[in-house]
This record gives sequence, structure tokens and C-alpha cells, in this order.
Amino acid sequence: MTAIAFPKPDPAILARRDEIIAGLAALVPPECLVTSEDERRAFETDALTAYRRLPLAVVLPRTTEETSKVMAFLHGAGVKVVARGAGTSLAGGAIPQEDAVVVGLSKMSKILGVDFADRSMRVQAGVTNLAISNAVAADGFFYAPDPSSQLACTIGGNIGMNSGGAHCLKYGVTTNNILGARMVLADGAIVEMGGDWLDSGGLDFLGLVIGSEGQLGIVTEATVRLLRQAEGARPVLFGFPTSEAAGACVADIIGNGIIPVAIEFMDKLAIEICEAFAHAGYPLDAGALLIVEVEGSETEMDAQLQRIVEIAQRHGVSTVRESKSAMETAAIWKGRKSAFGATGRVADYICMDGTVPTSQLCHVLEKTDEIVKHYGLRVANVFHAGDGNMHPLVMYNVNDPAEQEKAEAAGMDILKLCVDVGGCLTGEHGVGIEKRDLMRHQFSEADLAQQMRVRAAFDEGWLLNPAKVFPLDGRTIAATSAR
Amino acid sequence: MILSPTSEAELIEAVRAARAPLAIEGGGSKGGLGRPLQAQDTLSLKNLGGVIFYEPAEMVFRARAGTPVAQLEQMLAEHGQMLPFEPMNHQSIYGAAGAPTIGAVAACNISGPRRISHGAARDSLIGVRFVNGFGEAINSGGRVMKNVTGLDLVKLQAGAFGTLGPLSEVTFKVLPRPSTQATLALHGLDDARAIGALCRAVGSPFEISGAAHLPAGILGDAPRTLLRIENVPESVVYRLGELQKIVGGGDTLDAAQSEALWRQVRDVAAFASPDARALWRISTAPSRAVDLVRRVQQGGAVAHFYDWSGGLVWLAVETGDDARAADIRAAVAACGGHATLVRAPVDLRARVDVFQPPSAPLMALTRAVKASFDPNAILNPGRMYAGV
Repeated sequence: MTAIAFPKPDPAILARRDEIIAGLAALVPPECLVTSEDERRAFETDALTAYRRLPLAVVLPRTTEETSKVMAFLHGAGVKVVARGAGTSLAGGAIPQEDAVVVGLSKMSKILGVDFADRSMRVQAGVTNLAISNAVAADGFFYAPDPSSQLACTIGGNIGMNSGGAHCLKYGVTTNNILGARMVLADGAIVEMGGDWLDSGGLDFLGLVIGSEGQLGIVTEATVRLLRQAEGARPVLFGFPTSEAAGACVADIIGNGIIPVAIEFMDKLAIEICEAFAHAGYPLDAGALLIVEVEGSETEMDAQLQRIVEIAQRHGVSTVRESKSAMETAAIWKGRKSAFGATGRVADYICMDGTVPTSQLCHVLEKTDEIVKHYGLRVANVFHAGDGNMHPLVMYNVNDPAEQEKAEAAGMDILKLCVDVGGCLTGEHGVGIEKRDLMRHQFSEADLAQQMRVRAAFDEGWLLNPAKVFPLDGRTIAATSAR
Repeated sequence: MILSPTSEAELIEAVRAARAPLAIEGGGSKGGLGRPLQAQDTLSLKNLGGVIFYEPAEMVFRARAGTPVAQLEQMLAEHGQMLPFEPMNHQSIYGAAGAPTIGAVAACNISGPRRISHGAARDSLIGVRFVNGFGEAINSGGRVMKNVTGLDLVKLQAGAFGTLGPLSEVTFKVLPRPSTQATLALHGLDDARAIGALCRAVGSPFEISGAAHLPAGILGDAPRTLLRIENVPESVVYRLGELQKIVGGGDTLDAAQSEALWRQVRDVAAFASPDARALWRISTAPSRAVDLVRRVQQGGAVAHFYDWSGGLVWLAVETGDDARAADIRAAVAACGGHATLVRAPVDLRARVDVFQPPSAPLMALTRAVKASFDPNAILNPGRMYAGV
């Protein structure tokens, strides 16, 4: 697999490997430093497993101060750094390279403090997304962004990628739910951004860092915003004869001033795959399925669902299943939440992540189907319909290199289509290496150069997560565009 | 000279032709916000207006920077929608005649009471187009609400006060306007009890969209503690009832009374012009707000009220030599938060830090980022920090 290029490792760095490891060993205890080939293998890729690169070494600092010392040393030695949370990036955001040191967050997984009056919580960056919500669930609170990988992914990784989830329609994405963060800069300096209050003034560095994919520094602590759980939540499952009818229903729900907490969409193939795996009782005769979830008291949910069901009926809904119990709710969500895993049982797949204006959903679904058929492949669609964030799963056989290339080509065509209808390349997974070479399709040279100059303001030596997001000659472009 | 481009091409031309600093302004409603700057020419975006698209079913609009906020609010209301973040109108505190523009709302990240539940302007701003100091039109973000493609320059522009380049277009996501609202008012509470009640209410499942405490003398003789609910009528009634159980009673202001009162809270009517006292806006953690105010009071009298469940403190003080900046900065340093000197005479704003000075490494980043947009320091230099 060679479609996505990596830079050639710097032989001068490789030659200094022993010296670099000795320097790191002087800063952290042995259990925080991974050097043997066997153990480094665990860090050679993330969830974009078709690409692998063995890192020079892996450091797992325990504190901000330790991270700072490590970063200062690597900066002085001119060594590249790849930050890593749990390694669940679907875009290759955490894939290392041979001449880089991975700095992992796994030993910084403490919850530092919770304040229910202020509705905030301070955590180390290696805490998992789900652990945050679990820690406050008994008190009736939660942390809103809930990416599918929430059991494993870290808040540091979520900040790196500005992760979303199924409930963004109402609660926003990571950037809307982080109040503050501590970050170690490329040279080891420690900065505090924001706090446990709402508006911090000054340039919004926190907003810039969230979604910057590890290129501006390494976040070691964060203050997250907690929200109170609704009195209750209840999904309803709709089967529609066609994707068009389901798409029109979504537009009509929102057009009627109703903002459900989630609107999830599955096409026919996704329904079949998920039902075979989860036995959730999905209607196999439907052409498309929607899961719409509302929140509130029992009476409030009844009233809202009644309005939503009326709208669905206007669009020819063929199956309506309102959850009557916690078990039914879990069953309805189980199929959706296991969609990626279930698809993985049927075939290898690449998961795309473009966002389109919701008015374009049906058009894009139709075109996606055409594109994938053109390459002789199959596609299942599972996505967040309320916000237009699509997730076509392009299925292929990983052992057939020609088929993998076709799948990647189809994926790229789909993402270009998303941009062409007014959307973007990635709604929540990030650019990583996967979409790096498509950035020029969404941005002009001037747009990209401006972003790269900002990146260079944080990391002039281009040492932090290089070869991600921007063109491989980004450093030169940033320098020459500044004149 | 005042330059008033009517198109983005003219805006680019104006920036490219500039050899000396340009002061950027919109409608002129909040010229008193920020440090005064020495600029030869003013770049007004007032004539760069107009809605580019509005898609109610997608809950999104794009408008040119100079479009008046009032025009957009009316457009949204006609389709039963609203700006989620309820931007404050600064006309009354400055006694200004100019009308606020949407570009300035974005550039200054202006929000209002609903910020506590629906986020700030920066949270609803999903796309910008601006002109950098090289005279290039730059796009960031777009028209979809989930977008993580590239660095988020949209966030950087929100609250940069034009120092990274004048915005030419802004794209906001919007929300349905709730069909009605009501406010629960508690009477006679001191600051600590009031903020305790606000925090309990905001930590309930009832989606409070406004949480303010007005001490005695602020918009009335006796203290009032206010909790707003916006929803369908049945939910407003149900939730008010549940809230009363949590906070122990209180009486109800109907939709019209509620709307009028929250407008006064939003626009800081308690300290409206001709009140000329210096005015501070302090964001802090609700649990430390009372202590923060008490610390400032130890150095002399203040008038104050709280929004955002106590997380936003408005403080009016005598202007004096430094508008009590030393006391206030010390209190904020002790309690945590961020203070902005929103209103003071121009000479004082040149002398005293208007924005809280960032830490040394963040200040260095601020300079480096500014230079990456505007290396010749043409665009609003000094509006936020001297020399930046």
C-alpha cells in the first residue's frame, strides 16, 4: 500500500538513535520509555491500519512537567514528535514515522477535580472520553461529545481532532465543550489556555488548538464543561421505503423547528449488516432507517415524538418503533453504535467523513452509490443526518492491493463531491494523512499558506506531527509565503 | 480619511494600498471597545453589507460583514429562527448612534445571556472570509456545522477585534426560536445565596437559558434573581414548577415581561449612558464570583450584577486614575477569570490594559500569529495590546 506518501526518514536522526534514547532515559524512568522493536510495534499505526511506520522510540510521560522536559530535549535535538492518545484515529493522525518519537498520553489518566456548581471537571489528557462521563453519571451529569470510539479514545486525542459524535446536533463538538487546557509547546514551554470560566478573551488559542491534530503542542490537561443529563431520553426508529423519503423527513423535522438530540441515518446495506450483527429488530424491508432521539420528561418526550411521528407519516414512513423501555432503547442504539464493527465482519472498509449541507444529502447519497459502483465496490452509509456529516463505508478486500487502491480512489472522489456541493472533507475524523493530499481541493493556495504560517508560529522547525494535514512541502510554503 | 469599500475587491484594494495603520470599524456602535489606536485612515465595513444566502431548513446564513444585526434578526424571526448567542447591543452603554453589524459581532465575539446554554458567538460562527495583511482573501470554515478540515482560523478570528484582518463574510448557524419564554424571579437574596440558587437551577435538567442576579439598586430597589426558560408553552409551565421546587418558590414573569427584562440584562441597561463610570466585564467561575466582587469592594465602592449563573460579572467603578485596574486585576488573579475594561475615557484606555495581559509565552504566540496574518502591522494594530 503506497498511495499516501511519507517523507523519507532523516538519516542523521536515525544515526543518532542511541544518543536520543539515552537523552530520554535521563528524563523519564524506564517504564515510561519504549525502545525495543517488539514494544514499538504497538505504536506503528492507529485505526488507519493500512499504513504503518515504526517510531524511533515512544515516551509516556506521567506529568506536564515531564512532558515539558521531554519536549525541550527533543526540540534541542531537532527530533520530530508525534503525539498519541489512544491511537483510534481513522485518518492516520497518530501514525508515526521512523525518525520521530511518539509522545503518548497513556500514563496521564487521572481525574483532577470535579465542580458541579461550576459544571466543570479538570482531567489529565489521557483520560478516556467515556471515563469522564462515567465519573459524573451517578450525580446526573455528563460530558457531551460522544465519538463512537469513546470507550478507548482520550480527551487529549479528542482535543487534537475536535471529535464529534452522535449528539452534536444539540450539544456541539469538542471545541464547544472545552473550557481550558494546559499545553506543552514545541520547545517545552508550558501554557495555560482558558480556565474553568466561559470567556477568556485574547486570541482564542484554545479554539485554534482544538482540531489542530497535534501540530501546535501537546495538551496534557483539560477543563471540560459538564452538562446535566436530561430527565429522560427516548429514541424512535423509522423505516422508510427510500433514502429520499428519509432525507426529506430529516429536512422537514428541522424545518419545523424541532432539534432532536440526535438524528442517525442508515441505508439498506447498513441496515442489513447491523441487523445481522446486533439483532436490534431493524426493518429489513426498509430502504433507509432513521433513529431520532428526543429528551425531556415523559410528557415532553411524548409530545415531541408525536410531532415527529406526524412528520414522518407525511413522508410515507413504513415502520415506526418507539422505545418503550430502557432495553428497547439500548437495542435501537446497539445496531447503530456497532455499525463500524459489524461492517468490519463483512468486509474490510474505509470510512469517509465528509460533511454536506443537509439539503444535499439525497443527491450525495445517490452520487456516492454511482461512484462506488463505478469502481466495482459496495458502500454502506451510516451517518449523523441532522448535521450532514456522512460516513460512507467503502468495502473492499484488504488482501487485494488493486481493490484497496480502488477503494481509496472511490473515497477520494466521494470527498471531492462533498466539497463540490458546499461541504467539507472531514466533519469529525480529521485530515491526518488520509485527506492531506485533498486539502487543495477545499482550500486555495492562499488559504493553506495562511494556515501553515499560523502553524509555523507555533512550530517553526515543523517538528510536531509533520507530514499530517498540510502538503509535505508545507514548511517551505509557509516560509516563502511570508516573504 | 474614511475608506468605505462596497465590495470585497475594493476591500482588498484598500488593504493593499495602505502604507500606514488602518482602524477597522463596522457600524460604529462600539468604537469605545478596545485600546485606542493611532491610525491615519479608517476602514469602514458599513457599506459592505447584504445577505449572501439564508437556508432556514439548514439553519444557516452567510452575510457580508457590514450587514446590520437588526436586519438579520428580523430575517431570522420571519422564519421562526434566531441567533443562538443573543448578542449584546453596545449602543446604550456607549450612547452610540451607530447600529451593530454582524461582522463586528463575530470579530469581537459578542454574546449575551443565552451564552450560558447555547455558547458564545464563536460557537455559532462556522465560516469566515477575511482579508489578511498581504491583501489576500482567505476562507476558513464553511457552511456546515461539523467541519474539522485544517486549522480553525474561524475561532482565531472570533475575538481578534480585526487585528488579524477585516472580515468580509461571516457564516453562522442558527436555531429555531422557542415558541415562548418565562422567567422565575426570586426576591431579596444576597449575592452568595442568589448564586447558589442559580447554580442549582442551571445544574438541573430544565435547560435554563438565562441566569442572572441583580443586587439592590440594579434595575430596581430590591435584589432579584432571575431564571429564564424558553420552550414550548407546556414545557415552560412544567419546568417552572419543577424549578420552584429546586430553588424554593419565586414568582413568574410572563413572556413579554421576561423578554423586556432580559433585553435590559443583555444590554447592561443598569449602566447605560449617560452613566460614565468605568465598566468592567469579568468572566469567572460562578463559585468564586462573590469572593471576586468582595475583594474589589475592599478597595472602594462598586456597582455590580451577575449574569451566566455568576460566571459573568459586570462592575461599574469610579473612573479615577486607573478605573480600579490594580484592584480588579489582583482580584481576578486570586479568583481566576478574565477581566476586560469595556468602558473608560480614551486616555485611560491608552494607559491601562483593556484586555487582560496574557502570560509571556502566550503573548509571544500572539505576536507571532499576528505577524503571520499582518507582518506590516496595518490592520487595527494596538487594538488589543500595545504594539500588536
